[in-house]
Amino acid sequence: MSTLAQLSHGLALAVTPLNLGLAALGSFLGTLIGALPGLGPINGVAILLPIAYAIKLPAASALILLAAVYYGCEYGGRISAILLNVPGDAGAIMTGLDGHPLALKGMAGPALSLSGWSSFVGAIVAFLGIVALGPLLARWALLFGPAEYFALMVFAFACLTSMVGRNPVKTLLGGCLGLALATVGVDAGTGVYRYTFDDVHLSDGIPFLVVVIGLFSVSEILMLLEQTAAGQAMMRVSGRLLFTLAEMRATWWTTLRASVTGFLIGVLPGTGASIASAVSYMTEKRLLDREGTFGKGDLRGLAAPEAANNAAAGGALVPMLTLGVPGSGTTAILLGALTLYDIQPGPLLFTQQPDLVWSLIASMLIANVMLLVMNLPLVGIFVRLLRIPYWLLVPGIAAISFIGVYSVHGTTFDLLLMTGLGVLAWVLRKFDVPLAPVILGFVLGDIMEQELRRALSISGGDWRILVHSPVSIALWALATGMAFAPALLRRLRGRP
Amino acid sequence: MERILRSLATALLAAAVVQSSFAAEFKPAKPECVAGAKPGGGFDLTCRLAAQALHDFKLITEPMRVTYLPGGIGAVAYNTMITQRAEDANAIVAFSAGSSLNIAQGKFGKYDENAVRWLAVIGTDFGAIMVRKDSPYQSLKELMTALKADASKVVFGAGGTIGSQDWMKAAMIAKQAGVDPKGMRYVAFEGGGAAITALLGGHVQAVSGDASESIGQMEGGAIRVLAVLSERRLPGKLAAVPTAREQGYDVVWPTYRGFYLAPKVTDEQYKVWVSLFDRMLANPAYAKLREERGLFEFAKTGKDADAFVKKSVAGYRDLAREAGLLK
Repeated sequence: MSTLAQLSHGLALAVTPLNLGLAALGSFLGTLIGALPGLGPINGVAILLPIAYAIKLPAASALILLAAVYYGCEYGGRISAILLNVPGDAGAIMTGLDGHPLALKGMAGPALSLSGWSSFVGAIVAFLGIVALGPLLARWALLFGPAEYFALMVFAFACLTSMVGRNPVKTLLGGCLGLALATVGVDAGTGVYRYTFDDVHLSDGIPFLVVVIGLFSVSEILMLLEQTAAGQAMMRVSGRLLFTLAEMRATWWTTLRASVTGFLIGVLPGTGASIASAVSYMTEKRLLDREGTFGKGDLRGLAAPEAANNAAAGGALVPMLTLGVPGSGTTAILLGALTLYDIQPGPLLFTQQPDLVWSLIASMLIANVMLLVMNLPLVGIFVRLLRIPYWLLVPGIAAISFIGVYSVHGTTFDLLLMTGLGVLAWVLRKFDVPLAPVILGFVLGDIMEQELRRALSISGGDWRILVHSPVSIALWALATGMAFAPALLRRLRGRP
Repeated sequence: MERILRSLATALLAAAVVQSSFAAEFKPAKPECVAGAKPGGGFDLTCRLAAQALHDFKLITEPMRVTYLPGGIGAVAYNTMITQRAEDANAIVAFSAGSSLNIAQGKFGKYDENAVRWLAVIGTDFGAIMVRKDSPYQSLKELMTALKADASKVVFGAGGTIGSQDWMKAAMIAKQAGVDPKGMRYVAFEGGGAAITALLGGHVQAVSGDASESIGQMEGGAIRVLAVLSERRLPGKLAAVPTAREQGYDVVWPTYRGFYLAPKVTDEQYKVWVSLFDRMLANPAYAKLREERGLFEFAKTGKDADAFVKKSVAGYRDLAREAGLLK
């Protein structure tokens, strides 16, 4: 059977009333879970899996429901990022950088609808990528060993140079702080505990969620609290909810580029939506930001991370379906779901369970169309969130953030840690130290260190392993270009 | 109105009295299973197996919910149960051979294996050594000969750090083959799935992992399983794979899974739980549920489970000392 025939077969399987209903339900729940700070796709899928199994849904239907939740979360995360400057999930951290300034300018409506649209484009690019190139991409993912991942992380760090604003020292300081936070916990290579102060709560390191919520949510609560005390007026909301055609055209290439980048990064097991969105945001900023509008409410800076995180979520399905290995934390749970249904995840999934695989791929198209249709009219309701007075909104965000973290980790230690980090972040913001480098340092530094050490333990300490493959050499070249090209270009242009 | 309220109050009071007169026989209320890791991992799987079996076999009336206390292969859950929930008799906590190994190495804070009440072991996985399908090594002996000749040619990948179960398995085999484990090139990945991905990509030459996770890849023809670390050959799809013992390496590594109760649970409550698990494990339908989750038969409850875990921790302690992981 040709790919297209299989896809239409999959569509036929997915378009039963039950599956359509589940896709709609999953999309809705996913959007909601994604929008709540603290809860992300991994929690949503983990909560729903046992329920789906308990009510005896067939395997394909259960997967469709869970996958819809997964996609929905990538949509939902943007809502709180744009409106409240609190990322709803990890993939939405970069969304707030331009999304929130837009909301402050009274453009919350267009920002929400445009980011919904770019999310949709990202997901569709991923869908087309899986259908056309799935098995081929699996081979691309396998090319990445520790040395290649390390080069990729160096590239991501090189992208970080585009974030350097007026004050490079502060950006550097933020990045280093993130790196420092990443060193806490069991050392993945040797099993030695670092900076845990003999407290078991720190043995796995500082949880990613605690850092994200602490840095962004808690510090935002403190900022809002201050503003309320100072008696600041409420946010303006302009009448327009939909983006214009001109706005769509202005962001079109950014959205497409970010979708492709996001998808390719998502396909790699071990990287995810947060890295994909960060890399595409920073690449776009480097490529396009001539007037310095990024970070002050540029629509392109909003479209890039949203397209990328959805594309990455789709990309993570590739290693799961073609190799039987998880591409992200959430797909690891989806793989676990398969074993519950007595389906052995592995490279034979495509040939042994074609119905299951193709109806899952088809559901990706269906769920995303639903999400777009669901998300555009809802913008009006979301925007109304801004009309909630601060005295009600701020305690609300606080409660949701704390409940979110407690429901996942179940210890008060993490709540204290989160509050501590929030106060630290608030102090940093007072000194104009940007927070994005902190979180990027935290995420990238952890992976970078581990991959470097893995590479060196493979080679027995020989540094040449880092440039032994064409992939890593290409990535090193890209990283060098990213770091030095702007300075060179400026010099060239500066000449008469 | 007042009369209705008053009669309602009387009824409630009566109900409470009836309730308390029945309280002699302990019954877990709002039963809970604590998984000491994030959703989706081995502890989660262990909890869900018990939750489903206990409920399906009508041993508990309310469904058992699974909660998560991630950190340190169960260390956070262990400490929480001992310090904050010592009397909580409604919660069982999942543990594995990995938790025992960390207890043995003193990585569970200041508490040792005598700090909780070991309830049951309900199944086990076994270690496995695998290579990629196009690997030149056809047997464990060939792999070890190559390792001995040039350690840089055989890089081991695994899902755990140095000192973890995966490392122990590889190190014990290497030692028996006359190779110093410290000279072995060993790379720790983020979980067994990532290690197998690296094997498929040719970044490492062998993986020290678990039997159950190798089945799908073996069936797909992507990898070859050189040995399983069990006493006898495993049933089912892995029946054709020889044990390490058959090939002359006396290494058996069960990754057992089970539950413990908080330290101050009374003897009577402990007995009730033991009897629930006895009945669960004896149910003929249990084997199928267990196999669905990639676990092989291994059942111990009550005193047997307690003795087994303590002996296992002591054994791990010796191993860790031998390997130079403990001073």
